[in-house]
Amino acid sequence: MKILVCIKQVPDMESRFKVNSSGDWYSDADLAFRINEYDEYAVEQAVQLREQQGDSCELTVLSIGPDRVQEAIKKALAMGCDRGVHIQDNDVHKKDPWQIASIIAAYAKGKGYDLIFTGMQSQDRGSAQVGVTVAELLGHACATTLVGFEYADGAVKAKRELEGGVKGVVRLKIPALVTCQLGLNIPRYPTLPNIMKAKKKEIEAVPVASLLGEQPLSVTASFYPPAKKGGGIVLEGDVADLSDKLISILKEKTAVLR
Amino acid sequence: MKALLIGEYREGKLLDNIYELVAFAGKLGADVSMVLVGDAANVPKVNGNLHLADVGKYGEYNPSAHRDLVVEAVQKENPDYIVFPHSSYGWDLAPRVAAKLKVAQVSEVVGLNDGNLEVGSCNAKMRRTVKPAAGKVVVTLQAGAFSYQGEQQGTPTISPLEVTGSADVEFIGYEPAEAKDVDLTKAEIIVSAGRGIGKKDNIPVIAALAKAFGGELGASRPVVDAGWVEHSHQVGTTGQTVSPKLYVACGISGAIQHLAGMKKSDFIVAINKDKDAPIGEVADVLIVADVLQFAPALTAKLQG
Ligand SMILES: Cc1cc2nc3c(=O)[nH]c(=O)nc-3n(C[C@H](O)[C@H](O)[C@H](O)COP(=O)(O)OP(=O)(O)OC[C@H]3O[C@@H](n4cnc5c(N)ncnc54)[C@H](O)[C@@H]3O)c2cc1C
Ligand SMILES: Nc1ncnc2c1ncn2[C@@H]1O[C@H](COP(=O)(O)O)[C@@H](O)[C@H]1O
Repeated sequence: MKILVCIKQVPDMESRFKVNSSGDWYSDADLAFRINEYDEYAVEQAVQLREQQGDSCELTVLSIGPDRVQEAIKKALAMGCDRGVHIQDNDVHKKDPWQIASIIAAYAKGKGYDLIFTGMQSQDRGSAQVGVTVAELLGHACATTLVGFEYADGAVKAKRELEGGVKGVVRLKIPALVTCQLGLNIPRYPTLPNIMKAKKKEIEAVPVASLLGEQPLSVTASFYPPAKKGGGIVLEGDVADLSDKLISILKEKTAVLR
Repeated sequence: MKALLIGEYREGKLLDNIYELVAFAGKLGADVSMVLVGDAANVPKVNGNLHLADVGKYGEYNPSAHRDLVVEAVQKENPDYIVFPHSSYGWDLAPRVAAKLKVAQVSEVVGLNDGNLEVGSCNAKMRRTVKPAAGKVVVTLQAGAFSYQGEQQGTPTISPLEVTGSADVEFIGYEPAEAKDVDLTKAEIIVSAGRGIGKKDNIPVIAALAKAFGGELGASRPVVDAGWVEHSHQVGTTGQTVSPKLYVACGISGAIQHLAGMKKSDFIVAINKDKDAPIGEVADVLIVADVLQFAPALTAKLQG
């Protein structure tokens, strides 16, 4: 069995975002990057399947981006992926989801992946498109927003999360692609021995130009912080003072403390 | 300008979010047509062509068939906008339709800005406007971003819609939401823990504050997913929707799916060390502090 997991490296969402010089994305400077949260669930599920299938199975982790994305690939290797693919692209933020998906599909085409895992969405772009579009381009069956995954006898039994806590249970035959939702599993922390082992694993470098055949279908026109609606009171300072202030505000404006 | 709206049936019921799509079309000034895989006894009260496929034949979740049905209707209507809700149905189906038509998709639209589509980015801390290539565009709309004002009235002109082809995903069934042992909807005061509290061991700190207020403990999703508290405490789109007299958000960033579950609370207090956290948009009071220091201090004052 051959498995592919696609991961995106994104900034820590607690960062302060500054607009870049071309005004169409955040500036990379001073940001700490990590694996997109949804993709960590994808990696964990792929690794669990890899373990279930044993050594006849090969699990590849792929990421498109500048050199820093190798850190994300290395973490996925330390979690248990067998090999990495770094599709080198310094302008990845300028590509629309259609182009990102077509790059991944161009890489995967003809390689015989039985299962592809992606996150349901990226935290910075949040388009929730790339996975489904890859499946369409490859002609694979696809289900999104998985909170449950079981594989047996060439088919995936998937639990899709719907609104209000309801779930939809579906079955799809391989080759298939699934997009992973928060809480699908509890991603493991790489152990030190596995981090050491991962250093020896291969990371194939592929220039993006060799895979990109599509023009963008959309472009970012502008990027900016939302206008503050505000209205609320912002309090800072010593915690004891803050407690007193909050209690007096609650006494004045609500009935809960009376 | 023409907009083709795609609504959803769940367990036999037409979902209300079709009216949000109607509101968006209204903002565009577009003529409306619709595609539904549903039944004629239960259709939206909206004027316009309704291409109705039989849910008994195609099923409620059958992405390849639903994709082909929408594409078929696109061919009939030749719309400028193909509009879905950004929901488990919409984000699953929209990219399939966009890929088939090879047109741009813009996801989770919150507004229109100079003819461009406005979307959130970076967990709602930033915004982006997106300009699709000329021609058709597929959009999904953020839940609640466009609301329909006034009474719904209208009668669609129904025509049957059919395609051939087999399903590549087999729908087995629905699983109901987990039973709730805590009914947060009745609570007057809710104090919720978010990932910002750091670890499970800190839950008692937030629980103590909830108790000092005489309220219930709530939680954001990551806190539930990590197993720090039971799912019955989760607030948000996939948890409970609450509107207490007081909601205290402790170390919660304010993602749209959390806000959807609590923004109607009468009074909202947020404690966050990040002054720019999006929860500030809905908070009546934002306390910029380390919640692990502030919560015990407040608990002590409330008890004292
Ligand atoms: C389809 C879908 C459905 C979802 N449904 C839900 C749902 O029902 N409910 C829900 O909550 N989420 C839901 N989510 C997840 C949602 O998008 C967010 O990921 C989640 O709400 C974030 O939780 P959080 O705010 O606790 O964590 P984070 O976003 O990680 O935020 C932590 C916050 O804590 C602050 N912080 C850190 N340390 C401290 C400290 N010491 N003191 C004070 N503040 C601190 C940080 O500044 C940050 O703002 C859903 C997502 C999807 C895609
Ligand atoms: N640059 C990238 N490299 C590898 N995978 C990606 C990249 N961008 C997006 N993906 C995958 O596609 C999913 C959905 O992303 P998006 O459509 O941007 O919300 C992510 O969770 C990743 O699994």
